[in-house]
Amino acid sequence: MGSRLEKKIFNSKDFKSLVKRKSFVSWILSAITLLTYFSFILLVAFFPEVLGLRMSDESIIAIGIPIGVSIILLAFASTGVYIFIANREFDQIEKKILKKNK
Amino acid sequence: MTNYPAITMFFIFVFATLVITYWAAKRTRSRSHFYAAGGKVTSLQNGLAIAGDYMSAASFLGISGLVYLSGYDGLIYSIGFLVGWPIILFLLAERLRNLGDYTFADAASHRLDQTQIRCIAASGSLLTVALYLIAQMVGAGKLIQLLFGLPYELAVVIVGVLMVLYVSFGGMIATTWVQIIKAVLLLSGATFMAIAVMWTTGFSFETLFQEAVNVHPQSYAIMQPGGLVSDPVSAISLGIALMFGTAGLPHILMRFFTVKDAKEARKSVFFATGFIGYFYILTFIIGFGAIMLISTNPEFLNTNGGLRGGNNMAAIHLANAVGGDMFLGFISAVAFATILAVVSGLTLAGASAVSHDLYASVIKKGKVNEKDELFVSKISAVTLGCIAIFLGILFEKQNVAFMVGLAFAVAASANFPILFLSMYWKKLTSKGALIGGSAGLITATILVILGPTVWVDIFGYDKPIFPYKYPALFSVTTAFIVMWLFSIMDKSKSSKREIAAFDSQFVQSQISLKNQKETVVK
Repeated sequence: MGSRLEKKIFNSKDFKSLVKRKSFVSWILSAITLLTYFSFILLVAFFPEVLGLRMSDESIIAIGIPIGVSIILLAFASTGVYIFIANREFDQIEKKILKKNK
Repeated sequence: MTNYPAITMFFIFVFATLVITYWAAKRTRSRSHFYAAGGKVTSLQNGLAIAGDYMSAASFLGISGLVYLSGYDGLIYSIGFLVGWPIILFLLAERLRNLGDYTFADAASHRLDQTQIRCIAASGSLLTVALYLIAQMVGAGKLIQLLFGLPYELAVVIVGVLMVLYVSFGGMIATTWVQIIKAVLLLSGATFMAIAVMWTTGFSFETLFQEAVNVHPQSYAIMQPGGLVSDPVSAISLGIALMFGTAGLPHILMRFFTVKDAKEARKSVFFATGFIGYFYILTFIIGFGAIMLISTNPEFLNTNGGLRGGNNMAAIHLANAVGGDMFLGFISAVAFATILAVVSGLTLAGASAVSHDLYASVIKKGKVNEKDELFVSKISAVTLGCIAIFLGILFEKQNVAFMVGLAFAVAASANFPILFLSMYWKKLTSKGALIGGSAGLITATILVILGPTVWVDIFGYDKPIFPYKYPALFSVTTAFIVMWLFSIMDKSKSSKREIAAFDSQFVQSQISLKNQKETVVK
């Protein structure tokens, strides 16, 4: 393996910028997801009563419920953000690379 | 009692899926059709199918039952099951699609030794599939017994025969459509139920939670984390198992090869995450609705005040309470369809591990004709079906709750680290992957056996040798450390070649060169 084409792409400037952007976006979003999730899990483990605090005096709903639902929504939203950036940015650079190396 | 509306609706579902299987069988002519539906599935369809694969009866009945039993804990589980998806998207989906063709081992063994990697990947896949499959079979048998009034053994045989029919005749095309239909049915049914619950409260969440707190024996405690995860080690370990386990489930990873390219693969995860997240929110409402509407209704309770048929029946009884017999029938049929769809996906993944990874790549060293490989995969599907029926009946009286947990642990400790490091760490060698993957697999299995779910609950000893219910924190760490250690110690000639091949693999994982290459070869 390791054809000429792959070597050429590997050393090209476009490919390097694609990889740089892609890994930046992926790792940032992964870090956000992991941090959110594991902070939540640690909250569950160490301070469960915090999640049981009421939203307000009149409300029966504990803050843990909107927090939990927000994590679900955030997970979905983060996939949306990734798709948005990938479709707009990554695909363009990829097309450019493929065109140059036809 | 025999539930006629449920049986009628179930027959309609089975008939429809068999028609689809017939239609799919005529279109399944090549390996690519059988394993990957010819790569012609759209991202929306695949998103639904992934959701179908993932929303098992365990997550529908189990999580709503958990919410019914202890409220907030159900949400903690749901969140854990969901957050693996963004990670799969950010780190795996596109690379996997670009490097592989049919199984995740294709991608993992791209630059590594075919025999070693495929053997360990197939072992991890088959163990995951077998455990998951047995748990589903036993659950299916009991559920059908309860819902339809059919004998347990007959129920297990029906599920086994149908899944083998779908998979061996219709391959991935039929399996995908079974998943899509099931996902749509399940999402519609759950939506209806959640709306019905909210209807009774005048669409007020305050009223819903207030009523639930009023009638639940634990009162306000259902609004906060309870006994599910009591210590930090268990909490993190469960989190790791759910998150990385999802990223190592062979039947899920296989779905990424059914779409045209990396772009479609990535869009499928977006749709799947949306559907699954929506579904979990519904499940939470359904669980609380069940507390409010059925926990005080003697019609659904047994003499001890517990739920008839156990806590996992919460959603089923709720269907009866809000929609009467017809809707109960519909939801029962959906629950059956759900099991059927999940076991089909598992069987296909298991059969592919045997035929594509073991037979075609390890035994025949890649020199195999398509017909033989297809034949082997069909035989494997039938064999897996027989084993699943046999073990499903054998384990009837056993507590199989640990099996899904172990399946996730093995997926997180063997499949995921191999796949992840093969694509992300240049210095991973075949030897490191093989030994590390085996170490992860064995550690996960031993720790589950020595832990509370098997050692105490099944073997009946007083105290577990390993104190935690979830081994993933330890087994995943073991897998990564052993992989690292044996890779850096590996100074063989082949390892140098493997490391040197990384850059080329890296380019291919980022950019879809497949079409490009064909023109180059021509």
